[in-house]
Amino acid sequence: MRLLTHNMLSSNMKGVSNGFPLRIEVEKVVEKQVDFNPDFLKNMFSKVHWKALADASRIMGYAELPEEADRSMLDSDDFLRKFHHALLELHLEEGALVCPETGRRFPVNKGIPNMLLHEDEV
Amino acid sequence: MKLKQLESLLGDLQQFSNPKVELEQYPTGPHIASRMLYTAENSYEDVSGKIVADFGCGCGTLGAAAALLGAERIIGIDVDPESLEIASLNAEDLELDIDYIQCDVRNLGWRGQVVDTVIMNPPFGTRKKGADMDFLSVALKVASQAVYSLHKTSTREHVKRAALRDFDASSAEVLCELRYDVPQLYKFHKKKEVDIAVDLWRFVPKRNQRMGI
Repeated sequence: MRLLTHNMLSSNMKGVSNGFPLRIEVEKVVEKQVDFNPDFLKNMFSKVHWKALADASRIMGYAELPEEADRSMLDSDDFLRKFHHALLELHLEEGALVCPETGRRFPVNKGIPNMLLHEDEV
Repeated sequence: MKLKQLESLLGDLQQFSNPKVELEQYPTGPHIASRMLYTAENSYEDVSGKIVADFGCGCGTLGAAAALLGAERIIGIDVDPESLEIASLNAEDLELDIDYIQCDVRNLGWRGQVVDTVIMNPPFGTRKKGADMDFLSVALKVASQAVYSLHKTSTREHVKRAALRDFDASSAEVLCELRYDVPQLYKFHKKKEVDIAVDLWRFVPKRNQRMGI
């Protein structure tokens, strides 16, 4: 699971008012190289929840993203490459996503998060 | 990529080995899948460079088509782990890089309109009534740019009304009518193969809804 996916997903259990961001439990992180596309990143910047991405990447062992970011940083190639790496190249291969309100664990196996809810959680 | 080439690549994909009727698992054929994504890309520029979500991806034919046409990222979502397994094998065979989430699309928790385009061949609701409308409702909350979907032609008026009135789409347009080949997959199918008329729709969601769903 890429952090791009983590940045979109939220817990949608019954009774949860703010299920974003999901907490990450890391068992195994892998890195896969992806072609660098500055235009895509510039477009994505306004859609990404920055704090959630920066926090998530730190938990995954990558501490290069600043706490806060603004559009002016998009002129920096160095910044874009770090953004690219955090958003697209880090994968949570094994671990879990945890609902911030209820503590319910959603397992991640072979890179695929299992967000299935039980009947009484819908 | 030419349409014929796309169709032929999709024709090599593995389909459901053990289809589950309760999930209305019918393969999206290469003919329909190639036309759907080819139109999305060449008439509307909704694929190349975009983030595309494939709802109820099954064996991943639509997502693979999006990847072949240059989508920047593709996320396949399906409730069935066996389907996701086949979808990832298919992606591997074609050397495509696709992400997957195991989830019932109807219960998907999503932070606003981060995805550009949703593509889907939803369950038509023959086993679970209204399933395709449930998918459409979520798709129109998740996509910022467009939703491409297949629905039975016999439900055309209903789909249009629901999209515009209930799901707040800003437009709902039938792009073409296609024949959907339903092979004899299940025991209750009496005939060897039938085809049913389906519409290829393009819906445009209302912009700038940044709330969660």
